[in-house]
This record gives sequence, structure tokens and C-alpha cells, in this order.
Amino acid sequence: MKFTIQVNEGPYQHQASDTAYQFTKAALEKGHEIFRVFFYHDGVNNATRLTTPPQDDRNVIQRWSDLAKEHNLDLVVCVAAAQRRGIADADEAQRNGKDADNLADGFRISGLGQLIEGGIQSDRLVVFGD
Amino acid sequence: MSEGTKKFLYVNRKAPYGTIYALESLEVVLIGAAFEQDVQLLFLDDGVFQIVKDQDTKGIENKNFSPTYSALGDYEVTKMYVSKESLEERGLTVDDLMPLTYEDEDDDWAEKDSIILVSKDEIAALMEEQDVVLSF
Amino acid sequence: MLHTVNKSPFEKNSLVSCLEHAAEGSAILLIEDGVYGALNGSAVADKVKGAMGKTTIYALGPDLDARGIAGKVIDGIKVVDYAGFVDLACENDKVQAWL
Repeated sequence: MKFTIQVNEGPYQHQASDTAYQFTKAALEKGHEIFRVFFYHDGVNNATRLTTPPQDDRNVIQRWSDLAKEHNLDLVVCVAAAQRRGIADADEAQRNGKDADNLADGFRISGLGQLIEGGIQSDRLVVFGD
Repeated sequence: MSEGTKKFLYVNRKAPYGTIYALESLEVVLIGAAFEQDVQLLFLDDGVFQIVKDQDTKGIENKNFSPTYSALGDYEVTKMYVSKESLEERGLTVDDLMPLTYEDEDDDWAEKDSIILVSKDEIAALMEEQDVVLSF
Repeated sequence: MLHTVNKSPFEKNSLVSCLEHAAEGSAILLIEDGVYGALNGSAVADKVKGAMGKTTIYALGPDLDARGIAGKVIDGIKVVDYAGFVDLACENDKVQAWL
């Protein structure tokens, strides 16, 4: 089965990103394909590399980066939602006159069309939010 | 519906302005229109508040995005299902909603209502017919 | 269709709304705070039990355990893990999240 996952909430504030991660991991372990994980609304905050979570708890962002690397996942952050919330890669930062960028490893910034394409190309779209 | 298109349902259950979900889900609908799929919107529970008329956001200094719903007809989004029960629970009628319409190119561009009032059972059936359901 | 409900029925109307709009033969999976909807003896338990003829109701085990309520689940609600969640998503033709 081919899945697209939508994550609507940021790390720690809501459980959405955690559940999405666990679902994605379980799907991969069962041999399913993850077409894309699309981060929307506050979900784009899962893509900042500037978090320093407590040592005795899970590192939500690093976990996504590691899973992406291990399984060659396509983690996409919505550009419009990212601009609203201050998540930028080097190109976006330069284009918008910002003095820094903060996109974490394994994520890329792209348009909402990537979510729609995910819905069209996948067998299942699964949404995690609040 | 042509071969290869999917039925997309956008489920709107949240009120506008208190959170960003209404605005950002509308942005998905607009972008999604370019993909020429079979799109329908459902306004259910507090989602019906998104299309109440006479929204004036000057005082809260927030963008009034309600006119965008009126433009959806131009993007070929012509099916906006509204829960009858959700309206009633909130003391609203269809007259409290924006008059959302589209021009039917197959009927000499006649102006038609986009809003379709539906009951619980009709909503259950509508949901079952879809290929992809987006929630915000 | 697989419906997921992730909020407590005492916080939001998502569970009640889902139960009212889920077609016969649907599966409903309670996840995250939604697992509180599986609590036996609660104010919504009768509504949940009432839906169990028409739909099949599941709860995500890890979320029940996290909240210390695994022993208080309504009889007949099936407990699944994340692998089971994935299976449910595959067995049903689509997934709808009640947020």
C-alpha cells in the first residue's frame, strides 16, 4: 500500500507528530511505501533544526530526520505555512531577506500541490492533527 | 468524472479566526483546483461558521478571507455541502450564510447555488463515496 | 472507511460527531486523547456501545497504556497497536481524521 501522511501540528505541543511518526514507522516495517509525509499548519515546526529538547525525552525532529535518512523518505514542508511560521531553508531565507535559515536534515520546502499530488498518487492519505 | 480523477472531500469542522485551520484549508482548496480532481467541501459542526455572511474583521485586525469562498465557483469548486443539523444546533439557517454560487458552463452560464444542505445520513453517504478525505 | 478520533469526548465533540456520521460497516479507531472515549461507565459510554452494532470500534493500545486506562475499556472495543492501525488503514478503503 502507498501512503501519504499529513501532519498538522508541531512537535511536543500535540501528539500528532508522534502518532504520525509511529504510524509511518510501523507502515515501513510492514513493507508499505510512504509516498510522502506532508507537514502543514503548525506541522511545519517539525522541520526546525534549532530545538534542544530535554535529554530524557524523545527528540521529535531528529527522529523524523533519522527515519527519512534510513528509508529515503520525502518529508515536505508547505512553503506558505513555513513562511508564516519562520521555517526556511537557505534559498527561502535569501529570497525573503532573512539573516538565517533553520531547516532540519531530511526535510524540503515545497508547495501545497505536493499534498494534493500525494492524495492522487497514494492509496491512502492519513491525517494527524488536533 | 474523467478516468483517473479522484473524489476529494475537504472536511471543515472548525470556526474561522479562533484558529488558522479554516484559512489554511481554503488555501489547499485553491491550489488543489489546479489538479482538476472532483472536489467537494463539507461544512460540519463549527465549520458552518466559516461561511456565515457579514464577517467584519477590522476590529481583530485579521484578514477577512470569507470573500474567497465566493470566488470558489470560478475555480470549479461548486459543491459545498452544509450540515442541516449543524446549522440548527447553532441557531442558524441558510439565510445566515453567504450566497455562494457558480456559473454553470453547461447551462448557458446560469448562476446556481453551490450550497447543498444535507442531513446526517446524506453526509454519511457523501463521505463513503469519496476517494480522499482531507481534515484540518 | 476508517475514522480516527484523537480528542477526548469531554473536550471536543469529535467523537460524538463521528458516531453520528459514520456509515454502517465503518471502523472507528480511538487514538491519542480519543482513547478516553473507550472508558467504561463514562457519560458517553452508552453512545459508544450503541454504535458498536453498526460500526466496529478500536482503541490504540499504546495510548490507553500511556493514560493508565487499559483496564477500564468498554467490553467489545478491540485494542490494536500501531501495526494494527496500519492494517486497519489498509483494510478500509480510506481514512478520515476527526480532529
